[in-house]
Amino acid sequence: MRNFFAFLSGGLFGAGLLVAGMVDTKKVQGWLDVFGDWDPTLAFVMGGAVSVMFFVWIFAKRRETSMLGSPMPGPFPRLVDRNLVLGSLLFGAGWGLAGLCPGPAMGSLSFNGWEGWLFLIAMGVGMALAPRAKAWLSVLDRSTLEVPPCENGTKEASATSATRGA
Amino acid sequence: MHQDWIWGLVGGLMIGAGAGLFLLVNGRIMGASGIIGGLVDGSGRETVSERVAFLGGLIAVPPLLVPLYTTVDTHMTSSVWVIVAAGLMVGLGTRIANGCTSGHGVCGISRFSLRGIVATAFYLLGGALVLVIFRHFLGVI
Repeated sequence: MRNFFAFLSGGLFGAGLLVAGMVDTKKVQGWLDVFGDWDPTLAFVMGGAVSVMFFVWIFAKRRETSMLGSPMPGPFPRLVDRNLVLGSLLFGAGWGLAGLCPGPAMGSLSFNGWEGWLFLIAMGVGMALAPRAKAWLSVLDRSTLEVPPCENGTKEASATSATRGA
Repeated sequence: MHQDWIWGLVGGLMIGAGAGLFLLVNGRIMGASGIIGGLVDGSGRETVSERVAFLGGLIAVPPLLVPLYTTVDTHMTSSVWVIVAAGLMVGLGTRIANGCTSGHGVCGISRFSLRGIVATAFYLLGGALVLVIFRHFLGVI
């Protein structure tokens, strides 16, 4: 049952991407190309999808479990951190370069030639490397934290370090 | 061409319906990068069949509708280096940021998630910058 509805959701998602023209890399790049021949279509796609989901969330937030009995997702992380910002910038750059993001890459796989498959493989490799990249980023974080606080010359700071020293 | 926005809106409503169904019925966030990534790095081991079923629908349904159109041109680049670089960046970036256009964008913005809104602002910025640099200055895409 779960798999049936998962298939249905994926099918609706894919059909929507096709109908909206979002499998066309030219339209996606056209949206991002604000200084060129700008194409506003993507805003309507996003607007349509977000407005449906706005009403869905009103119902979803009242529910403890999904209709098939599994727990609803959440609580969601709220922290805006470096991973979110850097990851999104990197993703956006790749998105602009080829005009493909993960959804349309899957949806257009059957009619996007070898190029679509190559993109999918490269994306899979990137995803497989991501945990390592994240670990590396968090090491950077920790090393920053381990640097002892520098003397900033205020009386309060020297007072506390003196207490700690004693 | 002038009807593109209407079809964009219709398609968008369908995407929203897919995301809504997945949330209300299965209790899951419809994020393409998360669903794929969980299979790639093994973090979604307990929900493999659901993920595969979702991706099965996503891959198998669009080609059924393709015959309704006279042409479906994806205008995909044939440059191996562009494809490989873009794929790596999309894979790495979405997993580091924990979401892409569907997860942070469609599912995040609609519940006014700050993370979703910030992520969307930055991937739009990244995309726009790449277009400026690689299309308008270097002329390679």
